[in-house]
Amino acid sequence: MKGENAALGAAGLAAFLALGEAVPRLGLVKEEYFPPTSRIADALADELADSAFWSALGDTLTGWALGLAIAACAGVVAGVVISVVPYLREATASTIEFLRPIPSVALIPLAVLLYGSELRSVLLLVVYASFWQILIQTLYGVQDVDPVAEETARSYGLGTWARVRHVLWPTALPYVMTGLRLAAAVALILAITAELVIGAPGLGARIAVAQNSQAVPEMYALIVVTGLLGLLINVGARTVERRALAWHQSVRGEVAV
Amino acid sequence: MHALAVSGLQKVYEGSGRRVEAVRDLTFTVDAGELVCLVGPSGCGKTTLLKCMGGLLTPTDGEVLLEGRKVNGPPPGMAFVFQEYGRSLFPWMRVAQNVELPLKQKGLSKSRRRELVADALESVGLTDAADAYPWQLSGGMQQRVAIARALAYEPQVLLMDEPFAAVDAQTRADLEDLVRGLWRERGITILFVTHDIDEAVYLGQRVIVLSSSPTVVREQLKVDLPDERDQLHTRVAPRFAELRTHVYEQIQAAKRGAGAVKTDTPPPR
Repeated sequence: MKGENAALGAAGLAAFLALGEAVPRLGLVKEEYFPPTSRIADALADELADSAFWSALGDTLTGWALGLAIAACAGVVAGVVISVVPYLREATASTIEFLRPIPSVALIPLAVLLYGSELRSVLLLVVYASFWQILIQTLYGVQDVDPVAEETARSYGLGTWARVRHVLWPTALPYVMTGLRLAAAVALILAITAELVIGAPGLGARIAVAQNSQAVPEMYALIVVTGLLGLLINVGARTVERRALAWHQSVRGEVAV
Repeated sequence: MHALAVSGLQKVYEGSGRRVEAVRDLTFTVDAGELVCLVGPSGCGKTTLLKCMGGLLTPTDGEVLLEGRKVNGPPPGMAFVFQEYGRSLFPWMRVAQNVELPLKQKGLSKSRRRELVADALESVGLTDAADAYPWQLSGGMQQRVAIARALAYEPQVLLMDEPFAAVDAQTRADLEDLVRGLWRERGITILFVTHDIDEAVYLGQRVIVLSSSPTVVREQLKVDLPDERDQLHTRVAPRFAELRTHVYEQIQAAKRGAGAVKTDTPPPR
């Protein structure tokens, strides 16, 4: 069954690529703006051989990873503190609800004013966008602590810090992992956007350069790379999730007793 | 000195304009090495009482003394076994880690912890399950893990809150025998809360019958069955039937709200 699905998936992808090759060749769309698959593939091979491409990829991944790491730490710490300190949750709820829906791209002018086209601009946007994903999930997760587990921990003399570490954190972890997976995708989108719009070094800036210099196949090749990056990030995040949550119902599946 | 002394315990829940007196005035003692069962009609505040004793709730009035020392907060000399074993064990830890966690908090050395964990798991017959996760085990086995965790903690008093209410009848009989066996073997003090009259009489040296809420002690009954008990013979012994009938009548009377008799002597043979 699994093999069959994989074969079907591969066939679908092959058909899609063949369509991409045929449609411009048949003149249904302008080849100038929509190069056939084979030309995109050639351009991709050229990119892979270019060291400037690899440093752009490195810049994008740096912005992505650093921003995500900062957002994850800040989101988790803020989420736990807000939940543990009495009244803080109620006091911050409306502010969070106000700040959270602000689209990160609306902060681009601010980022440019503050940091110009440096990495810090990218970080500002990436952190802002991913922070909320992680914070909100952490807040939900911390609320999910089972009162019986909590009482068990208290009755065995676990102090506040031990309860945070051994009860609250493992309970919240599945939620934090979901937040992290969502944030990882959003962080990539924002990293590319920032580079594209602000011109901070990275794949986004390279796409803009390719577009300005009419290098259309190269532009498509770079877009394909960003798509592959997103795919890899999602697969990676799911793998991390599965390993960290091997004990959780969502991962462990049915157990024969 | 008693292992556990409860005197004048009262617990009133107040909130949203309602005042509920769950426990009115409870006084009783448990001696060191005793196995005492608490029974009462459902909703009689058994859990409230147990939480007050375990330091998880602050009583409105009265006090609980553990080995002569007043309980304010979970005392290190007390271990809890909860009814909801599936929620009381941590699914993210393996069986041995679950048993070990409270010992880490006690600051015991690694070798001592390992010794206690192995010994406790052996006592409940789960040596082989040390590396399993709790959710890989059956309900009865999970409750054994919870019992092992309590044993390894080396408490002066073991509090059990309807521990077998959620397992099937056969497992339940096995677990009852396990508790009696551990009690006789290790000489620990056990306070066992249950709503099951047969279980209370079968297990206990003494049965404390509670009234319905607001709760007071209705009767304290000495169970004069031989110390050697087994599921087959004890439960069909005429004396067992007399005792359980007596407790049953007391609880029925408590439900009707009839006045307490306070005889504190076993019924005549």
